[in-house]
Order: sequence, then structure tokens, then C-alpha cells
Amino acid sequence: MAKVSMTVNGKAASGEAEGRMLLSSFLREELGLTGTHVGCDTSQCGACVVHVDGKAVKACTMLAMEAEGSEVSTIEGQANADGSLNVIQQAFQDHHGLQCGFCTPGMVMSAAALLKDNPKPSEAEIRHYLEGNLCRCTGYHNIVKAIMAASGQDVSSIAAE
Amino acid sequence: MYEFEFEKPSTIAEAVAALADEDAQALGGGQTLIPTLKQRLAMPSKLVSLAGIAEMKGVSIADGVLTMGGGATHAEVAADACAPLAALAANIGDPAVRNRGTLGGSLANNDPAADYPAAMLALKSTIVTNAREIAGDDFFQGLFETALEEGEIITSVRCEIPEAANYQKFAQPASRFALAGVFVAKYADGVRVAVTGASEEGVFRWSEAEAALSANFAPDALAGISVDAGSMIADLHGSKEYRAHLVAVLAKRAVAALA
Amino acid sequence: MPKDNGIGASPKRREDVRFLTGAGNYTDDINVHGQAHVHFLRADVAHATINSIDTSAAEAMPGVVKIFTGADFAEVGGIPCGWGVTDRHGNPQQEPRHPIIADGTIRHVGEIVAAVVADTPEQARDAAEAIELDLGDKPAVVDMAAALGEGSTKVHEDLTSNLCYDWVFGNDDDAAVQAAFDSAAHVTTLELVNNRLVANPMEPRVAIGEYSRGTDEYTLHTTSQNPHVIRLLMCAFVLGLPEHKVRVVAPDVGGGFGSKIFHYAEEAFCTHAAKACGRAVKWTSTRSEAFISDAHGRDHVTKIELALDADNNFTALRTNTLANMGAYLSTFSTSVPSYLHGTLMAGNYKTPVIQVNVKTVFTNTVPVDAYRGAGRPEATFQLERVIDKAARELGADPIALRRQNFISEFPYETPVALTYDTGDYVATMDKLEAVADVAGFAARRAASEAKGRLRGFGVNCYIEACGIAPSNIVGMLGARAGLYDAATVRVNATGTISVFVGAHSHGQGHETSFPQVVADMIGIDESMVDIVHGDTGRVPFGMGTYGSRSIAVCGSAMVRATEKIIAKAKKIAAHLMEASDADIELKDGQFTVAGTDKSVAWGDVTLTAYVPHNYPLEELEPGLEETAFYDPANFTYPSGAYACEVEVDPDTGKVSIERFSAADDFGNIINPMIVDGQVHGGLGQGIGQALLENAAYDADGQLLSASFMDYAMPRADDVPFYQVDHSCQTPCTHNPLGVKGCGEAGAIGSPPAVVNAVIDALQSGGKDVTHIDMPLSPARVWAAMNG
Repeated sequence: MAKVSMTVNGKAASGEAEGRMLLSSFLREELGLTGTHVGCDTSQCGACVVHVDGKAVKACTMLAMEAEGSEVSTIEGQANADGSLNVIQQAFQDHHGLQCGFCTPGMVMSAAALLKDNPKPSEAEIRHYLEGNLCRCTGYHNIVKAIMAASGQDVSSIAAE
Repeated sequence: MYEFEFEKPSTIAEAVAALADEDAQALGGGQTLIPTLKQRLAMPSKLVSLAGIAEMKGVSIADGVLTMGGGATHAEVAADACAPLAALAANIGDPAVRNRGTLGGSLANNDPAADYPAAMLALKSTIVTNAREIAGDDFFQGLFETALEEGEIITSVRCEIPEAANYQKFAQPASRFALAGVFVAKYADGVRVAVTGASEEGVFRWSEAEAALSANFAPDALAGISVDAGSMIADLHGSKEYRAHLVAVLAKRAVAALA
Repeated sequence: MPKDNGIGASPKRREDVRFLTGAGNYTDDINVHGQAHVHFLRADVAHATINSIDTSAAEAMPGVVKIFTGADFAEVGGIPCGWGVTDRHGNPQQEPRHPIIADGTIRHVGEIVAAVVADTPEQARDAAEAIELDLGDKPAVVDMAAALGEGSTKVHEDLTSNLCYDWVFGNDDDAAVQAAFDSAAHVTTLELVNNRLVANPMEPRVAIGEYSRGTDEYTLHTTSQNPHVIRLLMCAFVLGLPEHKVRVVAPDVGGGFGSKIFHYAEEAFCTHAAKACGRAVKWTSTRSEAFISDAHGRDHVTKIELALDADNNFTALRTNTLANMGAYLSTFSTSVPSYLHGTLMAGNYKTPVIQVNVKTVFTNTVPVDAYRGAGRPEATFQLERVIDKAARELGADPIALRRQNFISEFPYETPVALTYDTGDYVATMDKLEAVADVAGFAARRAASEAKGRLRGFGVNCYIEACGIAPSNIVGMLGARAGLYDAATVRVNATGTISVFVGAHSHGQGHETSFPQVVADMIGIDESMVDIVHGDTGRVPFGMGTYGSRSIAVCGSAMVRATEKIIAKAKKIAAHLMEASDADIELKDGQFTVAGTDKSVAWGDVTLTAYVPHNYPLEELEPGLEETAFYDPANFTYPSGAYACEVEVDPDTGKVSIERFSAADDFGNIINPMIVDGQVHGGLGQGIGQALLENAAYDADGQLLSASFMDYAMPRADDVPFYQVDHSCQTPCTHNPLGVKGCGEAGAIGSPPAVVNAVIDALQSGGKDVTHIDMPLSPARVWAAMNG
């Protein structure tokens, strides 16, 4: 066991970790930030996506030790300062971009990373970007629509509200 | 995962020293190694992260040579490498994987369905390690086998910028690794064609196609040329014949994209 | 104008806020003080005799609390099968014991061989690797036809064969059915596979067992679609525990799609082990474990024959299916290929003679059970594929052939035992043709061809049967459970309401849609109504959520309970206003006396119910809480017509979905936004089945597609935006809301449309391809084109 320290959602966080502790486990078990979900063990589902030093990563495929000294943001840190949903979260609610909610934290974190690099992505760019985020509930329709809406694009012509 | 120690050196020399311990293993971005450890398919005593080594970072182009740090992430290669390689890197895995996975890690692993090996064979690469320089043509030695010695670290990679190049990948529907991938690079002294994903022997240069394209750089030059289906991989996602067919289709598409 | 509240409105989902902020409470988010962790040592071979298990080295490993083997569960019951099917000869299905831990024989890869409880998950796994097994290999039984052959190895030595049952439904007179085929002008025959699938809800299963020595009470937290059913099965059939001493909680559940209906060994194990170890015991499945321990879906091999007369009227249908049960009978496994499949074979058509034969087969594979649609997709797929093939053979328009044979008068009694109460198949097809822009297809095909792609159009209809019921009928058919549901409406003194519902929401949005109904009935704001679900300690009873039953069955119970509340509240209001309760009207949360200007507010009445100072105590109990159980009179019958347009790359065989259109008739709709979302999700899964997903076993019983690396899940770039319409609404005639259910339609209705479209595309390119088995992977399509 060794001490590992990082900044999580703007606050200093530290804990004891074995070398084999994953960042996802550190967040969930040491810090109680259970919004980061683990849906697979082959680094494909993306339910665990968080940002480390501003970049989207899969928290289940990174050791806690690797994040030593890093700035980590998770779904728990995404809402506005007053607690209201941020633009992406609000768009997901407005456009029914989630059902069971399990993939949702990773989807929101991936969407945030996408929009940071590409403020007005096309439908095709969004679909391609979500290659590493699986959703089994929504058929992706309303997720893609929500991300387009969050980027300020008119989605009224997309079928079915 | 089995328990292991974790170390994060800040220089190549420290990393080499750390890797001298028995059963120590280098950790690039971990995008293959960590899932492998989760399945308990490897049992290192110590993981030596290469992420803190500044001298292994960076992607730059100068005098017709592309130089990439072994620790460059796929995302960094996608951002800063020459166009055909950047396009290849932008299609590895997914965005989160590209933010962690590294060029050196991928090359050292030599997954037969990985994309980079095709580029390395096609782009006249030199694999630079802490100990020596290895020609790309000598580096890949079959499935998951490379010329690297125990504890040897890929510190950087050099490629000769081609006149033109294109990579065509046909994705396996589940993993999105290459079911087949063909990298075509045109140089003044000839054309190189490298194939990944398809062969039971791993990545290879397709010499018949190279000869045909060196003589006539046009899709039609490949008419009637095919790889031997017998040496192709057969699995749930495609037969030997299908993979052999895909190689021909992708090679033509790569040339057509450059014509 | 769309409504902004109540029935028919689309308020934003209230549950979303917690899911969007990481504040959900999924089972794996729960940790109990002092908990230990279990690692299950799972079989890595498909069929073997366990000669011995040596746990001595493992027991000495750090952190190990206790190790369990099959012997530890020899005295408890096996996992029960919830449906006993009677075969064509009147015999019961063959029903082997389904042990919690393998009892001497391994019968599928993934079966639990031993369980290690330790302080940490990694210690448990470390110790499991130190368990020494001495196995005697046996040949694996994988192929269904071979399993039924003479001399096949038996999956269960104590059964007479690998046949679970041989079931005939519809017309059981073989000669009469043959006569109908003999007199046909045309017979179309199709042999096909309905591919085996893995449900893969994004949340893997989790179970946490707790035991209180002080009260002798157990608590099981589990990822379930129906916690009361789990409690009943586990207590009554497996562990022999008194139900009132066991609480089962299914908190936020990350999707189910059927795979979380069933009672699993891990649930009973954690409950049992909590007492045996004196500590809470937690299990969190990895995805890799899920692939070999969650029940799989589908896996039928079918030959279907359709007879038509000279005018292209359907005259007879005969279908013979082998359905895989896997190694053991999962909870509802035997009902899926029988009563949830055979009863649907009429589809939307007035075929007079139908015979369905299903043989269910034991194999050395993971048990197979319900997956979104459960039997109905298998029925729809074969029927809609054979109709499409018939249309091609006859040179008939596929839409016209379907229209010609539609059932058009309701109620309609099918030859396979159902009575469709309502529907309008012409209207949904009309709507589909408009939504799918059938008229514009020729131009789109030309555009595709101009870029070297083949374009195809495929259509199909579907009928589904939701809210399986009534209990007395399904009981006669072999169901070992009632299929009603229950709701308790508890009105608080201040007028707010908690509705305790037996349905379980794991993505369906009940927390939003159920209050819409109650608030609408009373005329109060939806924010005054909450539902409580997923906890046997709080909800009186319920049968859970599956089979698109929640709003049709549990919603109806909720309506009945709310009607009781309103009736009592009117009596209180009548007393307060000194009027007859027959004259009391309730609108917008105000009670009024007809023909007067007297009124009293909802909140005044509810307060009076709990502060009964001015109250008819001699006639009426204080308080305001009512329960209703609702047992439906019939199934509900959603129906629809779907269309798919694909492009096929002739060089690689890759299929891309260019358009997908759905016209559904769900009867009345509570929340259109949620209904659209349910259809979208079903379409995603149906397209996944058609193009991508395949749980493939090798001859040794090893699952080849045992992770997301080889099991292709639909991703965002595999699907398009869908065109979804549900404006055709023929309300259900026998439930109070006129609702039908919408959860499975998309998964039922989409696979045949996709395959029909691909066949159309290939034929447009001059390829003589009449069928390709799902999934239509690039390799398979290419092989078919170049076969």
C-alpha cells in the first residue's frame, strides 16, 4: 500500500492504494464517488469515463497510481456551481438521452470532452466519437440528439421527441 | 489483477534500471496491458510506468523525417504526425483509449490486429530503443513477438515521410480492431504495401502488390493479384477467403484514395 | 397542442437528475459495514465429472473467510423453473435439478464449482486459484440436432434424453395440416436460425446478502427486475426461509432486458453465505462473468412453411423449431419457446390453419431464457421472413401481400389460442408507408447505386402479446405464478401521495410516468406524487417488470387503487359539505357538489382523513390508503409495421442502416417521450441482433464471443436516427387506461425488416440470395454474395 494523492473535482483527495488499484476503484471505494460506473473489464463500454488533466480516459483502464498528482473530474463535479444541471446534463434530460442511467456518466463525460474539442460536431462526428461508449437502452437516438442540442444546434427536425 | 509494485521513473535510465528487476514490466498507456492483467493473464512483480519520461514524448516533422516519442499517445500522433499516420491513429480504439494508449506500447505488444505495425512497415520506420536502433522491417516477428529484448524500451520511432500514403482499415465489428488493414506508401524509390489484421503470421509486406504498384501506381495494377488465403486468419468474424479478399479490396481503395 | 402534464404529456424524467449527477444508487454502489466478498470459481470446461475438489490450500490463503462447494448446498433446493410445459403426449417437461453450486457434474462453462468468501475481492480470487479440481472430462453436447440424436451424450444422466419437451400447438392434427399444404397453390419453405444473444444490460449483476443474528432476518440487495419474485422463489424453493424474514431490495438497476428477471444462484448464495459466514457477502459480476452466467436469449433453429392459394391468400402455416434451453432450466425458460412463441404465430394475418411444433433441448451451454421480446421476436422473425420469401417467389409486392392477408375484424380469435381485442393493421401500414417515404425509395436506390452501393427496402409487421394473463388461464397452461400486479396508494395527511408499485423501473421511467396517471385522476400536480418500487420491505407485493407489462398490469392496479382512494375521499368530502357522496365531483383537485358552488380542496379532505374531528367515524375508517391487485382479463396486443432501408457495400459485404421507420399502435399513451425512447432502444437491440450480435459456441462448448471484443454490441455509429410514429392508437378494450405496452416492440419488429432489406438489396444487384442467417455480418453477407 502506498499513499496516492490527486485533485478530484477541484478538491484535494488522497488515500491508500495497492499498486493494482484502478482509478475507478479509487474513486468509487476510497472517495465514495460512485457515479463512475464499471460496465466491462475489456475497456470498451465507457461507463467509467472521467477526465484526467482535461482528457477523457477510462478510469477502469488506468491505475490509481498513474493519476498521482493529476486533476481528475468525474460526473459528480459536472453540475453548475448552484447545483443545477450543466448544459450537457440538461440536454440529456430535455431530450430523454438516458434510461437506466448506468452508461450516462460516461456518456456525459465523453460528450463534454467532444464539445471541448469540437463545439459544433455533426451527427456523424458524434456517433464516431461515441465509439467507446456503449448504451443498451436508448438505441443512441436521443443521446446523439442531446449532444447536438447541447452544442446549440437545432434538433427540431430530428424525428420523434 | 495480481498484486504488483508500481514505479514511475522520470528518465529512460531510471526506467531501464527499474526494469532490470525480475518480472518487472513496462507500462505504456496500459490500454492493452491493464485489461490483460485484469484477466490475470500476466503476473508482473512490478509495473514501470513510462508516462513520466519527458524525453519519450513529442511528435515532430523535420527534413522529411517524422519523429515520434515512444510515449506519444495515439491522440498526439493523430494531432501531430503526417496526415496518413495521423488518420490511422485517429481511428485506433476510441477517444479515451487514444488519450492513454501509446505508440511504443502498441508496437511492443505487436497485436496482429493493431494498426501501427502496418504503418511502420510501410513508412520505412526505425524503432529506437534505449539500447539500439531496429529497422522496422526487422522489428515485427510474428504474433505478439518483436525484436525487443527483455527490459528494452522503445524510446522513439522515426519514419520517412512518403510522397503519398493511405491506410484503409476494415474493422472487426466487435473489437473494432482491424479485420484487415492495408497501408500503402509511395516513395520515389518504390511503393510499400503492408498488411495487418489478416495473416496468421502477423503484419507483413505484400511484395507482389508492391512490385505491381511500383510499376504502375493505379488501382488496376492490383487486378488479379491476391494474397494467399491459406495463410490468413479464420475466426468468428471472417474466413480466410474473406480476409484475403478484404486485403485486395483495401489495397485498391488505398491506391484509389491517392490516385 | 401537446399536454404539459398528466396522461399524454411528456414531462422531463425526474429520475434523470440523480443519474446525470452521479447520485444514482445501484447495487454495486452499496457497501455494508464488515462485508466480505465472494469470488466464484467457474467451470472452464463445458461438461465434466467433478472427481474431487481440494480447498485446503485455498483455505490457508490470506483473508479467506470460508469456502463453499456443491456439498454445502446439497441440502437446499435447486433453482426452480417457473413454468411447467406439458408435451404433445400429455407428459410433463423433463426438469433436472439446478443446483446453486455444481453437485458432482459440470454442465456448462461458467457454472459455479466453488465459492470463496474473503475479506477483499482480490483475496477471494487469489484463493480460488489455489483450489485444486480433479475433473473427468465428458463430451460436450452443443449442437441441438445432435443432442436429440440416438446415442448422444446426455447433459443430465438422470433424464431419459436431452429433450426437455416436444410441444405441439394450434392444429395438432398432422394429417389435416398436411392436407392444407397438399391443396395449396404455392408453398414457401424457409429454414433459419434465430441467433443466440447475450442481453448485456450495461450494469453487470450484483448481489449483497446480509443476515441479522438479532432478528434472524435476511436482506438481499440484488440487480433484479422483480424483487418479490426473487424473494418468493429463493425462500420457498431454494433456501427454505420464511418469506417474512427476508427482504429483497432492487435499488437503481442499470437495465435488464429480461436477463434480470430470473432467480440466479449468486443471489441465493450470498443470502445463505451471509448467515454461514456471519458477515455480509457481496458479489459484483465482471462483464466476463456475465457472458457465461447471465441467461442468454433466443437460439432457435426453425423450419417454417407457408401455404397460399391461387389468389395469394395464406391458407396454412407449419413451423418446427428446436429451442435451446442450455444446461438447466432458468426461471421462465420453458415458457419462452412455447406459450410466448407459439401463440404469436398467427401474427397480423388470418391464416386459418397453423401448427407449431417446438422441441426444447438441453445442451452444455449457459441456460437460455427471456430476452427483450422473449419468444415473440422468434415468432415474428420466421413469419415475416417466410412471407417476404413467398412474395419474392410469387412476384407479389411484399406490402400488398401482407395487406391482403391482414386480420381486419376485432375481436379476432386466432388458431393459436389468442383473442386479439383490437388493432388496425391497415392504419399502421398506411402510416408506415408515409413515415418511411416508400414513394421516394426508387430515387434513393438510384443515388446509392450511383456510388456503387446496393440499396434495399424491407418491411414487416408484428403483433405482440403483453401483460401475459389472466392468472387462471396461464396457470392451466403451466405457469407456476400468478401474473397480476399490485399497487398501494398511500395519501398523506397533507395530500402528497406515495404509490407503492409492484413494477420495477430500470430505465422505463416509471418514477415519472406512473405519477402522471395518479395526478391526472385526482387533478393535482405531479410533484405531489412519488412512486416507491423495488423493495419487498416497503412495497406490499408485485410481480415486477418484464413482458411490457408494467403500465398495462401494474398501472391498472394503480388506477384501481386510486379509484378506491377517490371514492373514499368523495365520502369524506360529502360529509364535509353535507351532501350525498353520489353528488360529489372531483376536478383539478377540488371536490364540488354538483349543481352548487360548494367546494372543498383535496388537501382539506386528506387532512380530514387523518385528523378526523369532523368525520363520519361510524361509517368510515380514518386514513386514506388503498391497495388493489389487478389481474388482466386478456393480453394486450400492440402491433405495428416497420421498414428498413440498407446500403450494402458489394466489395466487403458491409451493411449500413440508412433509414429505419416504425409505425406502432400502443393504444393510449401515458408519456410519448418515454414511449419513443422505449421504441428507440428496442430498435437498437433488434438491429444489433440482425447485424452484429452472436453468442457463438464451439464444438467443445466454449463461448467464442465471451467479451465485447468478440460479441459485437451496437454502437452509436451502427444505427441511424429512427423515424418513430405511434399516432395509430386503438385502445386496449379491457384495461382501465386503454394501454398496451411498448417495451419490447422495437426488438420484436426490427430484425425481419433488416434482413428483408438486405435480401432486397442483394437481389437488386442480381444476386440470387434468398436468406442469410443473422447476424448479417460483413463476412456472412460477402459469403452469401459469392457463394
